[in-house]
Amino acid sequence: MTAETAKDKAESPAARLQAVLAEVAAEHYGDGTRIDGLVRLSGGASRETWSFDAVTPDGGREPLILKRDPADQTGEQTYAGVDSRHGVDRWTEGRLVELAGEAGVPEPRVPFYLAADGRTTAGFVMQRVEGETLGRRILREEAYAEARPKLAFQCGQAAARLHGIPAGRLPPLSIMDVGGALAHQRGILDNLDHAHAGFEYGLRWLEERLELAGDRQTLVHGDFRNGNIIVGGDGLRAVLDWESSHIGNPFSDLGWICIRSWRYGHFKKPVGGFGEIEDMLEGYEAGGGGRVDPRAVHFWEVFGSLRWGVICVMMAFTHIIGPQRSVEKAAIGRRAAETEHDLLQLVD
Amino acid sequence: MPTDRPTAAELVEAVREFLTDHVGPNVEGQLAFHARVAANALAIVERTLAEGGAMDQAEAERLRDLLGRDGDLEELNRDLSRRIRAGEAIGDGGALLEHLRRTVQDKVQLANPRYLTPRD
Repeated sequence: MTAETAKDKAESPAARLQAVLAEVAAEHYGDGTRIDGLVRLSGGASRETWSFDAVTPDGGREPLILKRDPADQTGEQTYAGVDSRHGVDRWTEGRLVELAGEAGVPEPRVPFYLAADGRTTAGFVMQRVEGETLGRRILREEAYAEARPKLAFQCGQAAARLHGIPAGRLPPLSIMDVGGALAHQRGILDNLDHAHAGFEYGLRWLEERLELAGDRQTLVHGDFRNGNIIVGGDGLRAVLDWESSHIGNPFSDLGWICIRSWRYGHFKKPVGGFGEIEDMLEGYEAGGGGRVDPRAVHFWEVFGSLRWGVICVMMAFTHIIGPQRSVEKAAIGRRAAETEHDLLQLVD
Repeated sequence: MPTDRPTAAELVEAVREFLTDHVGPNVEGQLAFHARVAANALAIVERTLAEGGAMDQAEAERLRDLLGRDGDLEELNRDLSRRIRAGEAIGDGGALLEHLRRTVQDKVQLANPRYLTPRD
């Protein structure tokens, strides 16, 4: 090994991150705090997630997760003409996790943040919560058999609590009312110049029924679904991935968790493949969100099917037009047919 | 298209089998996942070569009835999309929705036929 490659190795991304984390963790837990077992987790390609323990001077061990922006910003790109996510930054995301936790949503604590400098991108650090995030496993594994019947109620309750966070406490977020949300989806399809009769039908159906959407405006999680929660044997342990959070219609979260794509084949249980809508709405009421008209959930489930379909189409065009060639993105494009199928079953 | 063997369908099948039987088992992680995705994409092509022609024909026929005009499949679909957006009445009663459901049923049949059979 030449001196140069040895030096490169010493300055590998993991080594550099370890040094930054040791420094910031020492400010939080005291001098002499060590970082142990730093390892990058797979998963979301658009963000980096790292797992590590902070070993404090008194010998205590804090199991932690870092979520930060990717060092290589070209890693995940979508078709340049459109933006499907409202895209909050990592500090806002961390702050939302804290606020949700204070509001009674099961959430990890957020002990510290990383500021973007020459050595790292921006990120936040949260406690590592034990449990399962993969939707399929949550629905199939014996370990979650007792958790599954509780999850619809618990998700409804968590949603009500996050929707109830007072607007004055929230960090700056983008605002999207129902009209804006529909115009956004239509704008993406128009931009792609891709005639799609099924989605047009869905848009028209929604536009003719705007009164069903409800008119409350609150914090919305924006990607509230099976796949973005941590589940343990005892039930819901955390709500993750606040990247799409915005101010909007709260019932959009309740419709999104019901779309068939997040049921992973367990179609008969509308809420995430694990529960019934009535259980979710009882949880929502118990969480202080009030009684929700099931027609509002239905409206937002139709919207959610459309939204996921448009994202699938957009991924295909990210491959077709650019900026990123990818067999995975090309293949996801064809999943739009599944959401169009679901959409057309839901409407009249 | 040439009539020589292997046909286009047979070539695609050969590549899919290569990915599934020889590439997949010998790679790991992201590469193994992408090999599976690629094999699935080729399976879509195989189903399209076998069934797509008849599906297109049936769809175009339904569209001509619905719209009362002639044209190729792309023109007809553009026109249908435009008229749905304009809020025009199209066909009798539930004819439009019936057409859209039939069409998407075919699309899913090509893209992921398993999606049409629930697991529980």
